[in-house]
Amino acid sequence: MVTTRDAKPDAHDITCRQAVGLMTDYLDGALGPDDLALVEAHLGECEGCAEHLRQIRITVAVTGRIREDDLDARARADLIDLYRRWRRDRDL
Amino acid sequence: MRGRRTITTGTDGQGEHSPSHGPDEGELLRRLRTGDEEAFACLVDRHHAAMVRFARGYVRSPAVAEEVAQDAWLGLLRGLDRFEGRSSLRTWLFRIVANRAISAGLHERQHLPVDDSELGDDGGRFSQDGWWATPPVHWADEAVDRMVAPELAARVRQLVEDLPPAQRQVVTLRDVEGLPTADVCIILDISEGNQRVLLHRARARIRRHLEQEAVW
Repeated sequence: MVTTRDAKPDAHDITCRQAVGLMTDYLDGALGPDDLALVEAHLGECEGCAEHLRQIRITVAVTGRIREDDLDARARADLIDLYRRWRRDRDL
Repeated sequence: MRGRRTITTGTDGQGEHSPSHGPDEGELLRRLRTGDEEAFACLVDRHHAAMVRFARGYVRSPAVAEEVAQDAWLGLLRGLDRFEGRSSLRTWLFRIVANRAISAGLHERQHLPVDDSELGDDGGRFSQDGWWATPPVHWADEAVDRMVAPELAARVRQLVEDLPPAQRQVVTLRDVEGLPTADVCIILDISEGNQRVLLHRARARIRRHLEQEAVW
């Protein structure tokens, strides 16, 4: 399917493979205005790609929840020791 | 103070997960230089776990990752006078971790480099001319309710661990720690484009596993 370049972007101006390939840039706000218009037009019409984008957003959100911040008490104590040694050496 | 230049610390990017309560970085650094142990402990509580997590992207062994992070703290203390606050303290710390971890990784000779050019992607899901061959199965909406399940976090933790190192490093900084692109590029010394390619592959791979395992 060929469309003229100066027409308003249409869902078929880029393929699904291309749209998926641009999704990380899209989410990062890193697309130039032309590409952005193409991706948005495509997403507006293509349910498959819109779902893929939702799934990527979920993936990012789930990945942001895997942190375990409990600091090992022993590791913390070792670090405080390290600081004391540094301070002592510096003040010698 | 004693002719030292005042530090201005970088602003944290949006969407970062780091705790922002308590004394600010500039204040903590000033106290650190005066030998204030409490200030050091505060920084350790804020950053150490993330530093170890990040180091694990370079070295397999948890013990070595812990050593790398410890070593980075020493690097911070020794370089205190050189820190000008052009980037945030965290970016600087992660940068030190990356450098130390690379040398540690060389000795550890852990994993063979995994080929990052491997299309960890969804290549097979499209027809020859680029449209969906099998359109995505819908699960995103149902997933929203299950996101907080602890077993899910455990599973994704494992998936991140199994990523090729470069992808793991980027996804850990971007999606686990929530750092902005610019900081990640400084820490890993890579271009924005390269960073996004790695992030794209990492996310694609995690997404695919989530789907395949029908964790929802």
